[in-house]
Amino acid sequence: MSTPRTRAIVSQDARPTLPHHIRIQFDPVRQAWAVLSPERVFWPNDVSLDILRLCDGRSTVAAITDRLAAEYDADAKDVAADVHDFLQEWTDKLLVKL
Amino acid sequence: MSEPLLPPIGMLAELTHRCPLQCPYCSNPTELLKANRELDTQSWLDLFDQAADLGVLQVHLSGGEPTLRRDLEQMVAGLSARGVYTNLITAGVGIAEGRIRALAEAGLDHVQLSIQGARAATTERIGHYRGGHEKKLETARRVRVAGLPLTINAPIHRHNIEEVPEFIELALSLGAERLEIANVQYSGWALVNRDALMPDRASVERQIEVVAQAQERLRGIMNIDFVTPDYFATYPKPCMGGWARDAFMVAPDGTVLPCHAAHTIRTLTFERFGERSLADIWTNSPAFNAFRGTDWMQEPCRSCERREIDWGGCRCQAMAIAGDPAATDPACIKSPIHARMGMLVADAMAAAKAETAGNATAEPFVYRRITTVSEPAS
Ligand code: SF4
Ligand code: SF4
Repeated sequence: MSTPRTRAIVSQDARPTLPHHIRIQFDPVRQAWAVLSPERVFWPNDVSLDILRLCDGRSTVAAITDRLAAEYDADAKDVAADVHDFLQEWTDKLLVKL
Repeated sequence: MSEPLLPPIGMLAELTHRCPLQCPYCSNPTELLKANRELDTQSWLDLFDQAADLGVLQVHLSGGEPTLRRDLEQMVAGLSARGVYTNLITAGVGIAEGRIRALAEAGLDHVQLSIQGARAATTERIGHYRGGHEKKLETARRVRVAGLPLTINAPIHRHNIEEVPEFIELALSLGAERLEIANVQYSGWALVNRDALMPDRASVERQIEVVAQAQERLRGIMNIDFVTPDYFATYPKPCMGGWARDAFMVAPDGTVLPCHAAHTIRTLTFERFGERSLADIWTNSPAFNAFRGTDWMQEPCRSCERREIDWGGCRCQAMAIAGDPAATDPACIKSPIHARMGMLVADAMAAAKAETAGNATAEPFVYRRITTVSEPAS
């Protein structure tokens, strides 16, 4: 496992994945999904959670966008922008790998 | 209590006070506990189980040097089985070959390695340990080989503040995901050594600039967290995210505390795990309830719009500098004694001058060791 020494930029054909040290986990005490990372715990909302779950290293950003647009019955363009911004933010925090 | 009591998220476990290093800013208490006062393996395992039941999601295994506990793998395995995220906070010297791999196999999630200087001579001088720097770099390599993510922790003070740019390059070359540029917090040994450790304002300002530029340049490459220097701040930090709000710590003998310096508030009594359950201590300990939420606040905090942002700052700093644990943290510009922070910096600068004028062979600070140095009264 080596850290990328250049910034990864989200593109439509990138295949995002969660690094080994980032875990999505259901917390029975709080009855909520948590994302565990080295120093922080995140409590993603439903949409963010759905994006993260689709980061399986096989699906492209375009495929993730299509899936979510279908599931949420939403405009693909809006979804694309949201997915892109979310993934770039999480990639910049090194919580998602491209 | 006005707000409902939430379960804790994080726990800092100081497994031992033993450490091969002697950093003069160590956050451990000045009265260090010997090995015979440490909780045994089963007690720690029970405590971790209770912590997981209570809602703790992250445990930071610290010390002293936690790898001196031979049962560390067992603790990591126990926590991992409960789905708790484990972070090893180590000084990275004296760790036997194969140990990091064994910890990774036991389920360790992350390693935070402290490095005292970006230059070997600084690391050796501050930690008072010959050959320490090379050993730390070797530990960093082993962490990466074991496939674990790495944070480099750089505690910053007057004797290494000029090395901040080199720290950034060092952390990058070691493949760290994260670098903490952590200005020393003046409690524990650092309070004893405050005059010998405090940087000057110009260096602090240069450092802030360097870090901001590096954060921008390294976006998406390495995260740099900056722990601001309180004595030069306008507003205080939300110490521990608020007293007993979502985290706590446990001393080697099982004493449960809201933060690592809480014992300096002598009016409070802290309970030990074993005598009471963790849930009972978290919920009912009078010491935990003393500064929870905002009801305990005096003015100017009581009516301040930032009271749920920084929770009035650090109670132990209020104790150390204002002599009152319920006072506004003097780091805050609204504190009636905020000017005292500037005076303390000036005192330290005078000490620095005397230091360069005087005997150059003696170290200006007291090294951490098991002895009887008491924390200065305010
Ligand atoms: S700060 Fe230094 S002396 Fe204290 S525990 Fe860490 S490495 Fe050991
Ligand atoms: S007055 Fe109190 S609450 Fe307001 S900023 Fe200062 S420390 Fe924080």
